[in-house]
Amino acid sequence: MKRLDLDLVVIGGGPAGLAAALKAKELGAEKVLLLERNTELGGILQQCIHDGFGIHRFNKRLSGNQYAQLFIDEVERMDIAVKLDTMVLEITADKKVYACNKHEGMLEINSKALILAMGCRERTASQVLIHGERPAGVLTAGAVQRYINMEGYLPGSKAVILGSGDIGLIMARRMTLEGLSVQGVYEVMPDPGGLTRNLVQCLDDFGIPLHLSTTVTAVHGRKRVEAVTVAQVNEAMSPVAGTERQVECDLLVLAVGLIPENELSRAAGVEMDPRTGGPLLDENFMTSIPGIFAAGNVAVVFDLVDHVSQSGEIAAAGAVDYLAGKPKGVESYRPVRAGENVSFVVPQRLNRECGLTTFFLRVKKPEKVAALSCYTGQKQIFKKRRRYLAPPEMLTFTANASGAKGITVALEKEASRR
Amino acid sequence: MKKEIICIVCPNSCRLTVSEQNGEIIVSGHECRRGLEHGISEYRDPRRMLTSTVAIDGGTLPRLPVISTAEIPRDKLRGCLEALYMVRVRAPVKGGDLIVEDICGTGVDIVASRSMSRTDDPQNDKEASG
Repeated sequence: MKRLDLDLVVIGGGPAGLAAALKAKELGAEKVLLLERNTELGGILQQCIHDGFGIHRFNKRLSGNQYAQLFIDEVERMDIAVKLDTMVLEITADKKVYACNKHEGMLEINSKALILAMGCRERTASQVLIHGERPAGVLTAGAVQRYINMEGYLPGSKAVILGSGDIGLIMARRMTLEGLSVQGVYEVMPDPGGLTRNLVQCLDDFGIPLHLSTTVTAVHGRKRVEAVTVAQVNEAMSPVAGTERQVECDLLVLAVGLIPENELSRAAGVEMDPRTGGPLLDENFMTSIPGIFAAGNVAVVFDLVDHVSQSGEIAAAGAVDYLAGKPKGVESYRPVRAGENVSFVVPQRLNRECGLTTFFLRVKKPEKVAALSCYTGQKQIFKKRRRYLAPPEMLTFTANASGAKGITVALEKEASRR
Repeated sequence: MKKEIICIVCPNSCRLTVSEQNGEIIVSGHECRRGLEHGISEYRDPRRMLTSTVAIDGGTLPRLPVISTAEIPRDKLRGCLEALYMVRVRAPVKGGDLIVEDICGTGVDIVASRSMSRTDDPQNDKEASG
């Protein structure tokens, strides 16, 4: 078995890993290695041919490929060591990485710090309990996206989409442009799951109907999907008897959510947050194991790649500090509490001397206007009025959160202003 | 005529109200200058970016993603797509390489949105062995 010694290993060459490796190198980390299981860098961005990436970071609407290319070119220019086609099998709490590839066989990599950037994967049919036959033609939106945009296959002619998250909406447009007829998008929740601008330019532009509080209850067809049954759901999310109807289609596209891919993290003993599905993190995106950091969708599912890159840079800065022996009193963590109308906040805990800290959060329910507020104890350290809040649109702010007391982040209605 | 438009320039999704008075377009509800511009152009001449793929020979993948260099009038998108179906390029390609100049007379170019090396490029294997 080949053995390697490194300062920092980044696992995953998608947007989080690319940004993390670049930032670490820029901040002076020397022996950095980026591991990627695919045969090329860029991660899921390589199948995202649509535009809208990089609005915050570059003030431009790049396609996913263009966004990835900027980072890939930079990784090449900075001469960062990359191993492609390399699968990480295991990481350990003492930061050993076991990986393999066809050129070198098994690898044992000793690293002083790790950044986990494995991203997330899609929920599948069995995870959303769709009953009925099991014919061909039930695919996740990401699989359809890869077939159409990278491989050049059309996986159907008449599609039904379950789930109105951004991926489902983007694929509604993409399939329509490629000549598939999209029968409709069905969303079990009473509100759309995707960003408003995607509802406008992916559905409204093409007259594709969105059916809220409606789900797919059965799949029909023996060899190939022939139809699905859809039904309205009540407040308890149960199908309402008498509302069922059949929709003819040969493709059911599932866009029913993403799950951070944390098998490696869990096996290493990294403590997880059930609300985000990712590790418990501090202000440097360091996990419960000192020296192991997480970034991007493995930490929490973001909606904008700009934030994914930003999280990679936060983790990289943390890792470089860690390598320089600058721990910030790990034992004195203060909890970050999700207050009024906040479903979760990342990071989940902070050191006393955390300084300027960037927070990421989602609201629980849509709100026209509210004050995004942050407190240490009773002291308000941040307040900004935010409009048109909705769960699909992640909020972020930066504040100096140093102090001794616990942190609360809340979206306060104007009326309840203190 | 009054038109309700949801701004798609950024995730704020401002709800714009656009109307025309004495030949002048009046926008309200926007929070930035780009929103104002979007309201006017969406009212007068809705445009969208065009992203699709073209066939590529000898590349590491069979399809090369492409993007327009500017927005294209919405009603011309279909014709431009049809034109792109006919295009076939050869690897290697660099991100930004011109694929179609002035597509369908729109004055907008179509460029490669990523680099793609040849399947037989030894660089592909060299990288893997690090």
